[in-house]
Amino acid sequence: MAVEVRLPTLLRQAAAGQPSVRLDGATVGDILQELVAAYPGLGGQVLTEDGSLHRFVNVYLNDDDVRYLDKLDTKVGEGDVLSILPAVAGG
Amino acid sequence: MARYDNILDLIGNTPLVDVSPLSPNPQVQILVKLEGMNPGGSVKDRVALSLVEDAEKRGVLEPGATLIESSSGNTGIGLALVCRARGYHLKVVLPTNVSIERRQLLEIFGAEVIESPGSEGSNGAVRLVRALAAEHPEWVFLYQYGNPANPRAHYEGTGPEIWRDCPEVTHFVAGLGTSGTLLGVGRYLKEQNPEVKVWAVEPPTGEMVDGLRNLDDGYVPPIFEDEGGEQLLDMKTVVSPLDSIVFTRRLAELGIFSGISTGAAFAGAVRCAGRIERGTIVVLSPDAGWKYLSTGAWTDPLDEVVERAKKVIYF
Repeated sequence: MAVEVRLPTLLRQAAAGQPSVRLDGATVGDILQELVAAYPGLGGQVLTEDGSLHRFVNVYLNDDDVRYLDKLDTKVGEGDVLSILPAVAGG
Repeated sequence: MARYDNILDLIGNTPLVDVSPLSPNPQVQILVKLEGMNPGGSVKDRVALSLVEDAEKRGVLEPGATLIESSSGNTGIGLALVCRARGYHLKVVLPTNVSIERRQLLEIFGAEVIESPGSEGSNGAVRLVRALAAEHPEWVFLYQYGNPANPRAHYEGTGPEIWRDCPEVTHFVAGLGTSGTLLGVGRYLKEQNPEVKVWAVEPPTGEMVDGLRNLDDGYVPPIFEDEGGEQLLDMKTVVSPLDSIVFTRRLAELGIFSGISTGAAFAGAVRCAGRIERGTIVVLSPDAGWKYLSTGAWTDPLDEVVERAKKVIYF
């Protein structure tokens, strides 16, 4: 499944300046593994050493945070958009 | 009787209004809780009073003490109000990219504003306030993001009010800022009825925090981790500035003059209504529209307002 992955400004430098990339995979975890394989500079920023999501990163499948779906096992479909955003505060 | 000894006695007991005509699903009722009816104009009056009263009980606030806090606006305004009424001094670390009215209200209530870089959003304000508090142990730093008195204000106030006024509630929807509202109300409602679902709504954060250097500048409020936020929430969904403005305007068509974060939370409630078969959604409106008149949110061309909203912190 081809998925568009949107990167926040602060991660673009490590991805040759691109605001988004297209990657193939069946789950969110597959896609993120593909992403860090293609751009090793993103490695420690998106996934931790044990392969889980970095604490300060939120990944949204279309509009929903994957932590509240099936996390990295969340299935993706053709045309889905995966957005990576830094965790920020409000208040 | 509507006679009070002190302005702070007006905090809480906010109304719940049925806005079901805006529900996309006729089987789903939507009610909005209008926190803008608090005397300082936002839900954060509850948090401010709770933080200060808790500190007084713990004996960490001497008469005439100086407090310091970081805020994107509403907590600062609420604290400024409480400090005025109780005789404390307040310094607020405020990102530069908040609406002018937020800053004006802080000044009206006598708070000193310390600016933090807008490009770092609230994360930058948190970093600066922690540094200043460490340098000045004589200032009292109540730290809304890490103080259990924040969610407790909602566990003891907002949550019970919702349950009292709407025991048929099936879903609670609110914006995620410090996470205090979601934690306190969510936990209270789930204790009354474990079937209640809790939805968090966020704005897209990318463009507002271009000044962050890397993801280690990210921030998750300690209360969210300490109180099991990830286990408590059933869904977290992101709402675009466009949808936030569109739904702020649609609420105004029903006579509900709300802030932009209410439009965002309401857009989340509409999304929720579209995904469930039937139910009753309570959505929290953090504040009214007064502080956002300068953004032109209701009157300027939609595309211009949306571009502006991308650069202003409204959570």
